[in-house]
Amino acid sequence: MGETILRVLMRTAALVVPVVLSAQPAPGGDATKGKDLFLKYSCYACHGFSGQNGPGARLVPMKMTAAGFVAYVRLPRTRQMPSFSAKVLSDEQLTDIHAYIKTLPESRPAKDIPALNQFKEQ
Amino acid sequence: MAKSPKNSVGRRGFLKHAAAGAAALAATPGLGTAQQAAPPPRGAPGPSGAQLAREAGVARPAATALVEHPGSDFMVDVLRALGLEYVAANPGSTFESLHESIINYGDNKMPEFLTCTHEESAVALCHGYAKIEGKPMMALIHGDIGLQHASMAIYNAYVDRVPVYMVVGNHVDGAERTSGVQSMHSGNDLGALVRDYTKWDDQPYSLGAFAESAVRAYKIATAPPRGPVLLVAHHEVQSHAMTGPAPRIPKLVMTAPPAGDSAAVAEAAGLLVNAERPLIVGERAVRSAEGLQLMVDLAETLQAPFNSQERMNFPTHHPLSGNGGTGYQPDVMLGLEVADLSNQTRAAHARGAKVIAISAMGLALKSNLQEFGHYAEVDLDIGADAEATLPYLIEACKKLITADRRRLIDERGRKLAEAHRQVRLANVEAAAYGWDSSPVSLARIAGELWPLVKDEDWSFVSPQAFAGNWPNRLWKMDKPYQYIGGQGAGGMGYGAPASVGAALANRKYGRLSINIQTDGDLNYAPGVLWTAAHHRIPLLSIMHNNRGYHQEVMFIEQMCSVHNRGADRAHIGTKLWDPNIDYTLMAKAYGLYAEGPISDPQQLAPALKRAIERVKNGEPALVDVVTQPR
Ligand SMILES: Cc1ncc(C[n+]2csc(CCOP(=O)(O)OP(=O)(O)O)c2C)c(N)n1
Ligand SMILES: [Mg+2]
Repeated sequence: MGETILRVLMRTAALVVPVVLSAQPAPGGDATKGKDLFLKYSCYACHGFSGQNGPGARLVPMKMTAAGFVAYVRLPRTRQMPSFSAKVLSDEQLTDIHAYIKTLPESRPAKDIPALNQFKEQ
Repeated sequence: MAKSPKNSVGRRGFLKHAAAGAAALAATPGLGTAQQAAPPPRGAPGPSGAQLAREAGVARPAATALVEHPGSDFMVDVLRALGLEYVAANPGSTFESLHESIINYGDNKMPEFLTCTHEESAVALCHGYAKIEGKPMMALIHGDIGLQHASMAIYNAYVDRVPVYMVVGNHVDGAERTSGVQSMHSGNDLGALVRDYTKWDDQPYSLGAFAESAVRAYKIATAPPRGPVLLVAHHEVQSHAMTGPAPRIPKLVMTAPPAGDSAAVAEAAGLLVNAERPLIVGERAVRSAEGLQLMVDLAETLQAPFNSQERMNFPTHHPLSGNGGTGYQPDVMLGLEVADLSNQTRAAHARGAKVIAISAMGLALKSNLQEFGHYAEVDLDIGADAEATLPYLIEACKKLITADRRRLIDERGRKLAEAHRQVRLANVEAAAYGWDSSPVSLARIAGELWPLVKDEDWSFVSPQAFAGNWPNRLWKMDKPYQYIGGQGAGGMGYGAPASVGAALANRKYGRLSINIQTDGDLNYAPGVLWTAAHHRIPLLSIMHNNRGYHQEVMFIEQMCSVHNRGADRAHIGTKLWDPNIDYTLMAKAYGLYAEGPISDPQQLAPALKRAIERVKNGEPALVDVVTQPR
């Protein structure tokens, strides 16, 4: 059992997602710490390791400000999204998560993906 | 004449045929004395040495008499008369006589024996087969223990209104069965174990009664609302010799499904034709290719959107497919074989809309398990099979549509076609999200698969809700067998065996069967992979390996939040990692061609191509893909 849960998660998430964490630190948050928290607190479960797959809202590109993000996570507007109180994740930690999400790469648009164009033509 | 307990007659009178046969055998020099030499115990004495040896798998008691024409030979004739192509089973001595008759007397044809490694797999395999073939195949089940193993799969088929033909072995006569396993595996009323979720069961005590019950069981299973049926084949009836002419096998006369009352159908037509924004919702509506065409005819007659749920009820690329787009607030909704309309009805009434239900489900409900959901206050409830009712409803609608109404209806159709196009384009845009990410996105799996299968006669055989419904959202589907829906009762462990069963049915049509296989589901009873390999059942399985019971991860995360505790331990009890399960090794161990794990989306298409080649050559293949959670 030697491996910590975080390391298992990191290994999964680190596979290909081309994130250069320290290169572009988002103002106000530490993206490296944010990545740990994103995985540890199961954000990936509904939003995907990509931040844009699954039943949760698409987080990439992240359009909220850090403050807006913190406020939203405290009091989500949908019942599907669990709220995270300050007891569970501090403002600072949520700001770190926000910074990490900002580093996640946006997808190519469908028109640039040949395999998807076939579906438009059907 | 000395009579062995095997010859005992009169006990409930069910061994008439056998008695005379056994008497004849007893008169044969040598055999009769053997029977006398080792009478099985009556009452409840402790097990004999021979029994203990048998239970330990060592030997059969030496005293077994020859039986030239066992009742089970006749049972095979009955099963063959019903056209049961296959029998899926995990072996067990309660049906040993029937097993032997199937493989030798019946030459293992019609039905052909399929070896299953779990009774749940056997029944789920039948479930998948029936969804493709439209008729049942048989599961042969070992006594009370096999039936308990099978039970969840039976419940899934019951809720899914799918016919499954089950026969369970039993030692009914306490005087004949030994102590130990034969007693432990037998019951007075085996049907009771699963009666809450079988449509019908019976335990015939003679071959004549077996024939009658067997035909009746088939008829009941296949008459809408369809469902699993269970016959108890007593060991005594199977194994005793037949004497005299075989009983008659009654002719199978299928029951025509119930169609809606004409006044109610006319009322429904009036509501639908005069609606401004009608909506049709179909859940378990389509039973056949003709049924699918009827759905299209109805939607086109009304120019109403058709929201297909659960399985293939409507062509995905038809301009009327969907729910009308944003802002389309239906004023009349028609539910076709929808299990629970309570939520939609509440919402409809809140905005002054009306709801019509056509469903045969309510015609045969059981009390205990609550699968029927909530009571829906629908405005018009037609207790009839939807597919059988549609010709009348379409005709009634056509009669009511005036030229003026036709113009309005056609105008609505043009708007709906545009709304449908927008939804399709939005789906393609959404498929791009995370396209290049690793682990692999579910949309990418569907997107990479399509060009490889679209020119084949393909059949998507697994549930897809946990795969983001991407095949439905992207692929052009216009045949009922192209998507056969979910578990029925949401019982996991259905996906793998039902896919194998569906692929078995697809095999004779040369269809390419495709299964997106979730990891949790496979791990309930992965031995069904071996069944696919052993019986050369071509099936492409693509692992949706999110390394966990992801649905439950999300539920536990919600609970953490509700209890105001962090979700950092939500993985406990919900994840399948540490160690990761190697599905390539697993599949290879069961004899399949397998590749993976694939985490890099670039490697996906070539691997799928190689696996599809194998499948097209007639074997099952598996590609393990490490995926985004959903
Ligand atoms: C027999 C049974 N046991 C437990 C459950 C609860 N359950 C619902 S979804 C699910 C997870 C299944 O995991 P998997 O098949 O890998 O799908 P995923 O959620 O990961 O997409 C479980 C365990 C169930 N529905 N059926
Ligand atoms: Mg899973």
